[in-house]
Amino acid sequence: MESASSEPIAAEPKLVLRHKGPTRLWHWLNALLLYVLFASGLGIFNAHPRLYWGHYGANLDRPWLVLERFGSWITLPAHYNLAMSRHWHLSAAPIFAFALLFYMVWSLFGGHLARDLAFRRDELAPRHVWQDIKDHVRLRFPTGEAALRYNMLQKASYIGVIFVALPILILTGLTMSPGMNAAWPWLVDLFGGRQSARSIHFITAFMLVAFFLVHMLMVVLAGPLNEIRSMISGRYRVPEARR
Amino acid sequence: MSLILDRRTLVLGAAATLAGCDRLAKNETVREALFSAGNFHKWAQRSLMARDALAREFRPDQISPFFRPNGTANPNTAEYKALWRNGFADWRLHVTGLVGRPLSLSLAQLHALPHREQITRHDCVEGWSAIGKWRGVPLKPILDAARLRDGARYIVFHCADDMGGGRGYYESIDLEDAFHPQTILAFALNDEPLRVANGAPLRLRVERQLGYKQAKYLMKIEAVASLDGIGGGKGGYWEDRAGYDWYAGI
Repeated sequence: MESASSEPIAAEPKLVLRHKGPTRLWHWLNALLLYVLFASGLGIFNAHPRLYWGHYGANLDRPWLVLERFGSWITLPAHYNLAMSRHWHLSAAPIFAFALLFYMVWSLFGGHLARDLAFRRDELAPRHVWQDIKDHVRLRFPTGEAALRYNMLQKASYIGVIFVALPILILTGLTMSPGMNAAWPWLVDLFGGRQSARSIHFITAFMLVAFFLVHMLMVVLAGPLNEIRSMISGRYRVPEARR
Repeated sequence: MSLILDRRTLVLGAAATLAGCDRLAKNETVREALFSAGNFHKWAQRSLMARDALAREFRPDQISPFFRPNGTANPNTAEYKALWRNGFADWRLHVTGLVGRPLSLSLAQLHALPHREQITRHDCVEGWSAIGKWRGVPLKPILDAARLRDGARYIVFHCADDMGGGRGYYESIDLEDAFHPQTILAFALNDEPLRVANGAPLRLRVERQLGYKQAKYLMKIEAVASLDGIGGGKGGYWEDRAGYDWYAGI
């Protein structure tokens, strides 16, 4: 038997199991579904590229945003076809919603939330938060044991995405359905009307794009191969501790 | 290794993924799977909502200042123009198909039936919404008077507008929506007789579904057992032509 305290040999980088199976599976399913949902969503948006607040809104009402149609390089399908965009969007949406639900339940009861995502009391101290922000701006990434824990800003963004942004996207999506409005009238009222819900759906989708861009940047800066491998096989090479 | 994530890479990546998705959608199995999502949504919504769950009704002060007309603004056929010229006095609504007693109803007869008034939100598949006050005759007493036969499963609405190539606009709903209390044949919008742009003299309101279901310029209501023999067989003009979902509750 090996002893419990297995000191890694300095020459050999330490490999750990960074992400569990459900996290990896959900991550890549999301990468696919969110792409389909975003691209087909822009295709749907192109049918009426205006956004309003309130219950109603059509061409002669006052929009808060009027855009040109999104280009064919980003819409699904790559030409204007509202019916096909809707088929893509409405096929991907229920899979996405139930996957999120399962992931939330797994995170809650499987310990992921308590172990990896919940804030520790000392992390919320203003000095700690400020230090985290400074470290991020200076691109000074944690090393050694600290690299195995999410930092405060990471936790905040993952919690924000999983428990706020994604549910808002799903719920505002549901409120655009006249059938769901009859089934759950309180839901559309919660968002201040169908056109408000449509606006919130759009805004949240673009906040998620912002998250995606920062996420990509961070992966690239933190060492893309190691990061991507940890999300495929789970194996992660712990960065050597800074002296 | 260098990973350059500029706009060009993003555009190329997106274009490549798109091309992949578009090719996938041409595959018959994938296409069928994508189209079948409509069945899931219909099943899920019907499971969640009570059979007679009502669409939200609004207060008079919430009505849109202008109710946007869409689709055909005027059928402009010789037949329709003749009907319009004398105030639809010669217009008749025919109720046919799998019924025990076919009906032919004039506008005056419809006006004499009990009315329902509802201020509801019209949601276009394109994304916009307009709130209007509709007055009309519930479909249920008309179907009851015509005595639906046992085999009847769908109600088809045939319209006066010719969409080109002799194909008329038509739509269909199942009996669950046909007998819903808010499903009415409307002859007035915002306290005025229905204007031509909004579907004069009579249009369908089926409030738990999208705008393309709200057939305008109604001429004939037909009870059928199956949608197969009608138009392109998909249950509606846009369903046949563009591939819209037959169930438009989402």
